[in-house]
Amino acid sequence: MATRKTSEPFWWLLFAAGGMVAALLVPVHLLVHGLAVPLGWTSISHARMLALAGHPLVKLYLFALIALPLYHWAHRFRFILEDLGLRGLRTPIAILCYGAAVLGTVATLWVLWQI
Amino acid sequence: MTEETMTLEVTRYRPGHDREPRTQSFTVPNRKDWVVLDALNHIKDRIDGTLTYRWSCRMGVCGSCGMMVNGVPKLTCAAFLRDYRSGPIRVEPLANFPIIRDLVVALDDFMDKLRRVKPWIIRAVEKPVSDGEYLQTPAQLDAYKQFSMCINCMLCYAACPVYGLEPAFLGPAAIALAYRYNLDSRDEGYRLREPVLSEAVGVWECTFVGECSVVCPKGVDPAAAIQRSKLAGATDWLLSMIMPWGSRR
Amino acid sequence: MTVPRVERPGLFYPKLPATWWLRNANYFRFMLRELSSVFIALFLVVFLVQLHRLSQGPGAYAAYLETLRAPGWIIFHVVALAFALYHSVTWFNLTGVVQVVRLGERQVPPRLVAGASFALWAVVSVVLLWFLLRG
Repeated sequence: MATRKTSEPFWWLLFAAGGMVAALLVPVHLLVHGLAVPLGWTSISHARMLALAGHPLVKLYLFALIALPLYHWAHRFRFILEDLGLRGLRTPIAILCYGAAVLGTVATLWVLWQI
Repeated sequence: MTEETMTLEVTRYRPGHDREPRTQSFTVPNRKDWVVLDALNHIKDRIDGTLTYRWSCRMGVCGSCGMMVNGVPKLTCAAFLRDYRSGPIRVEPLANFPIIRDLVVALDDFMDKLRRVKPWIIRAVEKPVSDGEYLQTPAQLDAYKQFSMCINCMLCYAACPVYGLEPAFLGPAAIALAYRYNLDSRDEGYRLREPVLSEAVGVWECTFVGECSVVCPKGVDPAAAIQRSKLAGATDWLLSMIMPWGSRR
Repeated sequence: MTVPRVERPGLFYPKLPATWWLRNANYFRFMLRELSSVFIALFLVVFLVQLHRLSQGPGAYAAYLETLRAPGWIIFHVVALAFALYHSVTWFNLTGVVQVVRLGERQVPPRLVAGASFALWAVVSVVLLWFLLRG
């Protein structure tokens, strides 16, 4: 199919970029925001966190940090479903997965806009 | 003196008779220097002459004796009985391929795919023989040498779940060979192979399970060839987006 | 979509069951690697909500951090961290395979490329930690 033939490299590039971002940056953020701060090992005050996240460059960073790995997820999840035998539904699966990532991107933009 | 024996559980399938393959057990001598292929030859010569399988060189070069040995794709001429302790050893036809009879699978699909990637040196203009050879430096040879070791034994296809699920997938060996010729400094056929590789069922179908490279008896790394082809394809695509007027290589 | 294969009569066409990834350890590790993306994405969604609460004021932010203290969330984050680390390790190992780096005519060995990726990961992680935790 012509459309799939031309769109694969596009999604793959987003996947690769997202995979790289996830590999380099996610473990530290997960450790800090998911465990260290909630468990009180360290604290980042609301004011400091807000000041940080409000900086335009940090916003750009956060956008890449959150949005790109969503495409990494979409790509891999799409193929997980196909590998589990749902090959008959490949087009709807691709639309759902990449569509969810696009929605996530919009949501990320919206949240960062509000800060 | 009683000789040690080994049990082989061999897949049998008679076209036209059997609805699906069944398993038949054979007891063969367990000799230290025997490989699974020797055991199969023993069965065919001494026990059941109707057992059908492919083999030729017996030395890991021809690539025709590939079978599943205890569920792993192997050249049976290189799978020693002694490595399977007291057995039994399960011998099945290569996975993911249609079975013609017993241990013989259909090669047509792989042969078609091989042909489609044009695994030979393509020149825009052939120079006359009188002009001499196409010279190559050792470094230029090194660039593709690893990928040229493929013997078309199809073990990589038997190891590839993506091929098992999607028979249209171009598959490890065909892509590795396309990549081998793309890397060859004497070759000018990149643009002719590119359309086949860049199909959705070309390189993009691969999910990098990586088992193809694990089972290859010749140390070829088809998984690397596929991912590098993806990178090259994606780079091409990106360049054509940024510079639609630019010429592609 | 791909054209279904024409099956020739007399041949037996094996079907790969959906449980193929339970057949050997490499297949299983592959599935874990792919599944890591799910946990990473889930964490990022949770993190996005955290940023959203941040913009709603100190009260909302504190309440959300309180929520994340629940055992369920801690377990989720521990599991997600394990998957995230697994993703990083597999990703950098495979980077050496995918990305061909040349120095002059010679190809840099994939192991060295992977090693450099791991070093980069370490440096980036330390810098990030310092940036987040100072003051």
